Amino acid sequence: MWQPGERGPETETLDRTYSAKPCDVLIVGAGGAGLRAAIEAYDKGAAALVVCKSLLGKAHTVMAEGGIAAALGDVDPQDSWEVHFSDTIVEGQRLSNWRMAEIFAKEAIERVYELERYGALFDRTKEGKISQRPFGAHTYRRLCHIGDRTGLELIRTLQDQVIKRGIPFMDEVALTRIFRHPGHGRASGALGIDIRTGKLVLFRAKAIVLATGGCGRVYQVTSNSYESTGDGIAMAYRAGAELMDMEMIQFHPTGMIYPPGVRGILVTEAVRGEGGILTNAQGERFMTKYDPKRMELSARDVVARSIYSEIVAGRGTKNGGVYLDVSHRGEEYIKNKLPSMYDQFMEFAGIDITREKMEVAPTVHYQMGGVRVDPETCESSVQGLFAAGEVACGLHGGNRLGGNSLSDIMVFGRRAGAAAAAAATTAPQPKVDEKEVEAEIDRVLSPFAPGSGENPLQLKEQIARNMWEHVGIVREEESLQAGLEEVGRMSEAAREMRARPGRTYNQSWLDALQVWDMLLGCEAIIRSALERKESRGAHTRSDYPAKDPKWLVNIVTVMKDGAMAHFLTPVPRPPPELEALIKE
Amino acid sequence: MAQQTAAASATKVRLKILRGVGSDAASERYDTFEVPREEGMVVLNAIHYIQTNIDPSLSARWNCKAAKCGSCSAEINGRPKLMCKTRVDSLEGEITVEPMKAFPRIRDLVTDVEENWRVAAMIPPFTPRADASKDWRFFQRDVERSREFRRCIECFLCQDVCHVVREHKADYIGPRWVVKAASLDMHPMDGLNRADFMKDKGGLGYCNITKCCQEVCPEHIVITDDAIIPEKERVVDRRYDPLLLLYRRMRRANPLLWLYQRMPRSQKQVEADTKSALKVVFWGLLLAPFVIVPLYYLFLSLLG
Repeated sequence: MWQPGERGPETETLDRTYSAKPCDVLIVGAGGAGLRAAIEAYDKGAAALVVCKSLLGKAHTVMAEGGIAAALGDVDPQDSWEVHFSDTIVEGQRLSNWRMAEIFAKEAIERVYELERYGALFDRTKEGKISQRPFGAHTYRRLCHIGDRTGLELIRTLQDQVIKRGIPFMDEVALTRIFRHPGHGRASGALGIDIRTGKLVLFRAKAIVLATGGCGRVYQVTSNSYESTGDGIAMAYRAGAELMDMEMIQFHPTGMIYPPGVRGILVTEAVRGEGGILTNAQGERFMTKYDPKRMELSARDVVARSIYSEIVAGRGTKNGGVYLDVSHRGEEYIKNKLPSMYDQFMEFAGIDITREKMEVAPTVHYQMGGVRVDPETCESSVQGLFAAGEVACGLHGGNRLGGNSLSDIMVFGRRAGAAAAAAATTAPQPKVDEKEVEAEIDRVLSPFAPGSGENPLQLKEQIARNMWEHVGIVREEESLQAGLEEVGRMSEAAREMRARPGRTYNQSWLDALQVWDMLLGCEAIIRSALERKESRGAHTRSDYPAKDPKWLVNIVTVMKDGAMAHFLTPVPRPPPELEALIKE
Repeated sequence: MAQQTAAASATKVRLKILRGVGSDAASERYDTFEVPREEGMVVLNAIHYIQTNIDPSLSARWNCKAAKCGSCSAEINGRPKLMCKTRVDSLEGEITVEPMKAFPRIRDLVTDVEENWRVAAMIPPFTPRADASKDWRFFQRDVERSREFRRCIECFLCQDVCHVVREHKADYIGPRWVVKAASLDMHPMDGLNRADFMKDKGGLGYCNITKCCQEVCPEHIVITDDAIIPEKERVVDRRYDPLLLLYRRMRRANPLLWLYQRMPRSQKQVEADTKSALKVVFWGLLLAPFVIVPLYYLFLSLLG
């Protein structure tokens, strides 16, 4: 941890010096997955160090509202891990890794009780057990919740555990690159920027856990935080790790749309859970056309596509959305069940949802794809490099169920931490190639090159607009190609980006570095989307509208000779006893 | 002229922003920016517009832009607020934006809130009761007591506004951390009593209940009434209650009480039990003369 007063005068703009930080396990990211990994690695005896880009406790996990999915069976005793396993695989459109889903469904239960032992205060049933609420496409009531602030409580609880143990952390440090051992290729170090001083730090680690979240900020309309720029994916890719399912981007059906300043902020699924009705500008309850059985509580990909179709067909509101109305449930009920939604609309839009309709449209929410990992240890294809949470891939397949992400970060955060600690005990001393470090410092300092150039924030806006226009909910060959060309053009323009001089809390510099990471993420998304010539889960192609069994494969993205390459790998089939559990 | 200004303010927003690097007073200056007014825009939107289109060198910390993470704390027109939650149309005329004054400035609107982690590490952590069974059962009403404090998004606006923190930083932990202690103390399964900590290390006595903190809380936590005052009452109960003082004296002298104290029970329970037992003794002693004296005279009269 930094001591107050440790920061001296402002660092020279082109200062190339760096300080060294050794540790056993370097944990990148302090959301739920990162903190849980740190706790586990520390408890297993490893010298863990947590590094995160925002302040401690501000990670994107705080945005989670609905709950954490685990088959406790407190409310519905018929529930079991087997049913949770089946729901996850079926709704993931069969692209999930069966072993990950099995581990997940079994261990999620234990992780919830563990959170309770750590001090999280879940809502209770009448019998004093943990209360569970229903959510889209979960067979039983399964989401353990803390009002509508589950993520906040979760991160605060884990944060307290980290502080209690005295696990060292450095917040507001952005990593730019992962280095591998020049001999045997294990991940063994990383370069970072201490945002507050602008100084460079070289981390040497025996194992690295990536828990950096997703890349939702590459889209214009998103519920994601500022820091969700896909740095982890870019770092893993550049280190040679395999990415998978990158075309799978979840659009949450309901985000705020008006006023423009708050566009994209999430409107929780619980609104529909509590009886919210979707209508188009003509007052028609359009879900009767798309899914008459489940109506508004259909799977997220279905509802998002339906809303999109209505808007495209010209039946949207003048702000380009549809209406979501829950006012029939009455003032008291709404204020009781959806307090933060009531506040959110009252304060940001001046709309009283107990009387008026909300205006909503889909917003980018989650990245199902990411770093391809081993289900047991969360190790990527690079030895010593682990990944957990949204940055990792394999559990959610083609569509994530609400509430599964919080249990995902707990289950696999813990597993990654344990495996990294174990790896650290046997790993040789870390070593990084000085030449590689110098080359990376060149890259990192390049936005300070003389002359004027493009403002990185302008490019960020262009990236977001391009993805929104060309790689949206419904995709087709031509627009994907156009999007890819645009990414190429922006990559050229990105060379001319310039950051303001000075190193202290220089956001334009960090923005410039993020633009490169974001462009890499965009390219991976578009190329995978071009590859998958069918419609499955969150990936919809208007030129290939049907689901095709021959596409029961995962698309893997990997760097080959400095360029992005793809290969297909069949989804592993579960053993017969697990296959028997899956009920479509 | 007046009409012209009115027309301009309908389409433009003027912001006056305090700039500066670190503690260097010479670097300090106000910059004024004009940004196009959009319906429903918040102050953070205006800051983003400036960074993207006018001056990329402006530093401002932010993350979720949905009032859930507590990163974008600043002083807007002199009042501690979240930039992402303050609508421009709720303010009139030029808007002044300054960094939080109670924390050291890093650059422009970004301040160093690191010292909070030092305080966080001081607070005795959640410790389950010794008598807790394997299967935890408690009820929604037990949860509700602590729930309010768990809404805290750690924006530290309450620490910023607190005049006691500004003057006695080394002695008083501040409103955010009293709220934290209260959230643990009121956890139904917690077995610690943090009153000694709050009195000796927390400096709770410094707070003179001006209630500034609860006015600025963006999560509407009633900090003073619901957290600070009950915590003060706990300190009083533990340290200044004459009955408990008496109990502690007696404990030192009385081997039976000493033994009772050694029985495997949680601290909270012992105190509750002793308090009620002592109440009986106290009232007994107080009422005893009214029983013994008449009995004595009755005895005398019988003799007579």
